[in-house]
Amino acid sequence: MNVPIVEIKNLSYAYEDKIALNDINLDIHEGAFLGLIGPNGGGKTTLIKLLLGLITPQQGSIRVFGQDIKQFKDANKIGFVSQKSNAFNRGFPATVKEVVATGLTAKVGYFKFFTKKDHQKVIEAIETVGMSEYINQNIGDLSGGQQQRIFIARAIVSDPKLLILDEPTVGIDTEHVQRFYQLLNKLNQENKITLLLVSHDIGTVTKYANGVACLNKVMHFHGGTNEFENISDQQLSQFYGHDLNLVTHHH
Amino acid sequence: MLSHFLQYEFLQNTFYTGLLIGLIGPLLGSFIVVRRLSLIADGLSHVTLAGIAFGLFVEKRFGLLFLTPFYYGTAFSVIGAILIERLRSVYHAFQELAIPIILSAGVGLSVIFISLAEGFNNDLYNYLFGSVSAVSRNDFYGILIIAFIVVSVLIIFYKELFMLSFDEEHAKVSGIHSERIHFLFIVLTALVISASIRIVGVLLVSALMTLPVAASIRIARGFKQTIIYSIVFGEISVIGGLISGYYLEIPPGGTIVMISILILLLTMSGKKLWLNMKRKKAIL
Repeated sequence: MNVPIVEIKNLSYAYEDKIALNDINLDIHEGAFLGLIGPNGGGKTTLIKLLLGLITPQQGSIRVFGQDIKQFKDANKIGFVSQKSNAFNRGFPATVKEVVATGLTAKVGYFKFFTKKDHQKVIEAIETVGMSEYINQNIGDLSGGQQQRIFIARAIVSDPKLLILDEPTVGIDTEHVQRFYQLLNKLNQENKITLLLVSHDIGTVTKYANGVACLNKVMHFHGGTNEFENISDQQLSQFYGHDLNLVTHHH
Repeated sequence: MLSHFLQYEFLQNTFYTGLLIGLIGPLLGSFIVVRRLSLIADGLSHVTLAGIAFGLFVEKRFGLLFLTPFYYGTAFSVIGAILIERLRSVYHAFQELAIPIILSAGVGLSVIFISLAEGFNNDLYNYLFGSVSAVSRNDFYGILIIAFIVVSVLIIFYKELFMLSFDEEHAKVSGIHSERIHFLFIVLTALVISASIRIVGVLLVSALMTLPVAASIRIARGFKQTIIYSIVFGEISVIGGLISGYYLEIPPGGTIVMISILILLLTMSGKKLWLNMKRKKAIL
């Protein structure tokens, strides 16, 4: 439980002359369900890109699974569900099964074909997200909430230890959002997947996550959900700067 | 037809080539359509024409006969594909700009080589709209090799190509070499176009790669099924188009494309009927 699988130390990143992350420190421990909140432009997306290895740290370091991120090659240990996932071409003729199987493509590797075992894993992942009855449907025919479950299945089929979700519920109706977070809880507790949930929705984050990190260029807060609840609204709006569009169910 | 077919070697060459391009055109076309790259096929077909014109010019001028114009066309097509990719990265924000640049360069070069070669003008019609008598045995072997390469590469890299087509970002994050795979794919496209051009013609070659897929997408469930239906539709169009073109003395490009359009219309109205039936059932 106490082995940090992500260790971020004194991390800074700037785009040309604009600083996006300033001296960030953050540890994510195995088994955590960490909510990362902050205003738009606060560096959340930059941090995710760094964790996924799409860009490299300019200052400071990131270690994932005990290894420096620049040397880290085992991309299968980190699953990713993007907010853009459901912006795919709806007319694309792909079944749920075909889409989820792409989650194994990199793991299986070049010049190799999917085995029976791989197909079994795909079926299990679809079962885990409760979408078995749709397995042979075209993904474009499903609702937004259902599609997002499929993208979760795609992300977990390769057995990642860490799952990063970037605003996964944008554009999904409230009823499905709730079921979606129940699924995340299940993945965290039953499947023992460490979760990093990026969201601007403070209410849901505090409801489901067990830790909160609040990022607006600098890390303003990092701690348990309970401690976070004790922060006053005033402090919170300080974190957020003048961004008043914060969604809060805070008391 | 059968006695003619057995009698004339050129008909056999054309027919076998037709079967091959009816397979590889829609097979590759399935990826082209879902990746929204349909126009690249048009750009490359015009570059291929420039290569063929260059080949004819060389043949006329220097009488080099061991490489037929088909091989020059293939080389130009592959070079054109590489240039399109370069241009797409140069004009990152206007990626579709690469296609008109390459297309017009292809036409421009074609015109120059055609007039330098002189006399080639008689053949031009065949190059633009296809011909039933244009495939030599030598060309057929070249096309056979291309078909073999295309099918094997697509089988070997199927899962990567599918992933890349469905969600490029996801492929990149997972560590797939998306640029290299994409490059391989564009080169395959160039090969398929040069293989198909003698039968369907420069102007209609992209139709062979896209129309069967457009029909298939209406009724298929999943990507594998899309590919299978596309190939079936492609083969029906090519075989029907070659036979009717031969008897009616029409360039097969025209007949092949019109049969593909007919199939497309049938699947569209068929799907509508089926949906209506389903709706009625649901109401009952």
